[in-house]
Amino acid sequence: MIPLLQVNKVEKFYNEETKVLKDISFEVYPGEFISIIGPSGAGKSTLLRCINRMVNFNQGTILFDEQNIGQLNKKELRKVRTKIGMIFQHYNLVPRLSVLENVLHGRFGYKTTLQGIFNRYTQKEKERAFFLLEKLGIEEHAYKRCDQLSGGQQQRVGICRALIQEPSLILCDEPIASLDPNSSKIIMDYLKMISSELGIAVVVNLHQVEVAQHYSDRIIGLNKGNIVFNNRSAALTNVEIQNIYSSNMQDLIMI
Amino acid sequence: MIDNKLKRSNWHIWFFLIAIVLFTYGSAAITQFNVVEGMITLPDALLWMLSNLFVTGESLAKLPIILAALFETIFTSIAATVFGAIIALFLGLFGSSKTMINKPLMLFSRFVASLSRNIPVVVWALVLLLSFGQNSVTGFLALFVGSTGFLTRAFIESIDEAGDKSIEGLQATGATYFQIVFKGVLPQCLPQVISWILFMVETNIRNATLIGILTGTGIGYVFDIYYKMLNYNVISLITLCIVVAVIVIDVCSNHVRKVIL
Amino acid sequence: MVQAMENNPPRKRHIPLRKYSRADIYIRVMLLIFTLSTIFAFFIFNYKGFELKTAIVDTLSNIKIMILEPGLSHFSWGEAFYQIGITVGLAFLSTIIGAVIALGLALMAATNLSNEWLSKIVRMVMAFIRAVPTVLWVLIFAISAGLGSEAAVLGMLLHSVAYLVKAFSEAFEEMDSGIIEALRASGANWWHIIIHAVIPTTFTYLLSWVFLRFEINFGVAVAMGAAAGAGGIGFELFMASSFYFDLREAGMITYFILIIAILLEITSTQLKKRFFPAKA
Repeated sequence: MIPLLQVNKVEKFYNEETKVLKDISFEVYPGEFISIIGPSGAGKSTLLRCINRMVNFNQGTILFDEQNIGQLNKKELRKVRTKIGMIFQHYNLVPRLSVLENVLHGRFGYKTTLQGIFNRYTQKEKERAFFLLEKLGIEEHAYKRCDQLSGGQQQRVGICRALIQEPSLILCDEPIASLDPNSSKIIMDYLKMISSELGIAVVVNLHQVEVAQHYSDRIIGLNKGNIVFNNRSAALTNVEIQNIYSSNMQDLIMI
Repeated sequence: MIDNKLKRSNWHIWFFLIAIVLFTYGSAAITQFNVVEGMITLPDALLWMLSNLFVTGESLAKLPIILAALFETIFTSIAATVFGAIIALFLGLFGSSKTMINKPLMLFSRFVASLSRNIPVVVWALVLLLSFGQNSVTGFLALFVGSTGFLTRAFIESIDEAGDKSIEGLQATGATYFQIVFKGVLPQCLPQVISWILFMVETNIRNATLIGILTGTGIGYVFDIYYKMLNYNVISLITLCIVVAVIVIDVCSNHVRKVIL
Repeated sequence: MVQAMENNPPRKRHIPLRKYSRADIYIRVMLLIFTLSTIFAFFIFNYKGFELKTAIVDTLSNIKIMILEPGLSHFSWGEAFYQIGITVGLAFLSTIIGAVIALGLALMAATNLSNEWLSKIVRMVMAFIRAVPTVLWVLIFAISAGLGSEAAVLGMLLHSVAYLVKAFSEAFEEMDSGIIEALRASGANWWHIIIHAVIPTTFTYLLSWVFLRFEINFGVAVAMGAAAGAGGIGFELFMASSFYFDLREAGMITYFILIIAILLEITSTQLKKRFFPAKA
């Protein structure tokens, strides 16, 4: 099987001393659920953002769907981004607009500038939006302003926005870091469903090691910009965890 | 250690206070501001005002002229603010670090805003007077230039505040720059933009009075004429009209702000 | 299996994008009012002596001369500095006296520090003062005090007080009520609370506003010099442009004003940083 995403010897540095990512290489296959764990400042967010080039990397290559991300011009990059959905810790919605409008924003990559500005969404797109809202259980809030929703609900809007892009890969930057345990479980369950039922590859940044172990097929451990673990989640032992976090087990909170 | 720090900050405060007193004396000297005379003048002036500044039936006859001039002033203010706002939106988008297109444009936009803000509106009016003459357009332009600078700075702040996360979210979906601006940034900061416009209109109406005196248009000009004629009753009427207009607009603005923000 | 658009369950009705709330209506109405007023304004303008083409060309060449060839002709550099000193002095006086008076009035106007009636009355008087443009106040005072620095300072003073009272009282009201509560509970009287809790807490904020007012008052002082006979650099500018039609002098004066304004801004930022580093 051809990997969906191939990251090869990627490096990112801001200057000679601070290398945020060093020699990063891994692969992601269609439908896989991968978690990236590691201490704060390890480079997890940067790595995720390199994949869809929201952040530029200095060395190495990233192949998505056999396209070289580093070489694309602006227009091609936008087209590729439509195939990659992204979910954020702070949801990154437009708070004043309605849930429905925010979900439909996911279709911008498929439209011309003018179509997007004047809200020319097709009937199919709108129906699709409702279908997704229903699937994520927030259909009743379709016309509410996003800032009137709870954190968990807003994150689900974010997921719908990513899904309406019809992506083959979804990147999640600490999606549950701002949520209570109840909402967190709901979100992680949906992400799992996306990867197992819809066959979309999911890459998630997480702080919580046990959550990663519970939901992922594979886990990547990042420490100070290096990959120190890249294996099935069953293979994540306590020794490995200590390795990733450079501290003893008793110094880590385990939910 | 703590003792030293306390001593130092006490010293700072004394130094500051003494500096202020010195400056005050200096300013009074240079402006020939006689404090005693100033203090006497205040109650004097108030008494005079109470006994002389009232509206008579005669002065009411001038009301149509006054109202016409007042309307001209108000509409000029709105027009100048609106034009200023449109330009300021563009400059604001260029000038905000989140929506900027490139660095030179961002610096240029901030420079223009700073220039326009630091030069008082009066200066603009006098400069434009030389080439545009004494007519409404001069007043309009002076207000326009002043508004643009102030609003650009205000909009840059609004855009920075409102846009941050929404922009990142939309970028990840593959939206174009204009889609991001129109559907992500603008909807979010539109109420603040309108609030600033309302504020600018109020400020401009007050500035317009001043500028009217210089450019010979609007309510300022009417006030100047009757002032020079020493017709205090009409002056009272004019002042009253201005106060009413400003207060009405202030109340309406606050109501609108409560609803949309 | 990736879900495709074609597999949607069908929905018949037209789907709107959002429900229109009251806020949306207000926003649209405001935008409409703005647009219509602007168009209307151009119809009621008095266009006497206005010719677009010559005016634009004139302005551009005027500005060019002003920027590139500034120079004084009717007074010397020394006199210029003296005039600037007058303008800055006017601004300073009205700011400092205004701040002191405003402090007292703001304590009366803050709803959490004084009683309801007093606060209402003070606010209303302040609103009235703010509604009258500064230039009118100065001219009115000039009637009894004569055109000069007393009238100017008094007129500018009124506005400084009015704006500072609004800013100060808002600062007082936004204070954490817990602080005041705690001191009251321990038996402190009103004055104790003011001096030892309210003022220290809001001090940096109040100071920022005073500095801001100072910068604004400089611009106002220039304006008063130009339009209300208060003297200073504003008056010189007025003479240069309306009386002598001397572009180069006007340009020079504009440079002065710009530099002073920037200097004031920088000075106040530096002062705030060095002496009161705990800026709000």
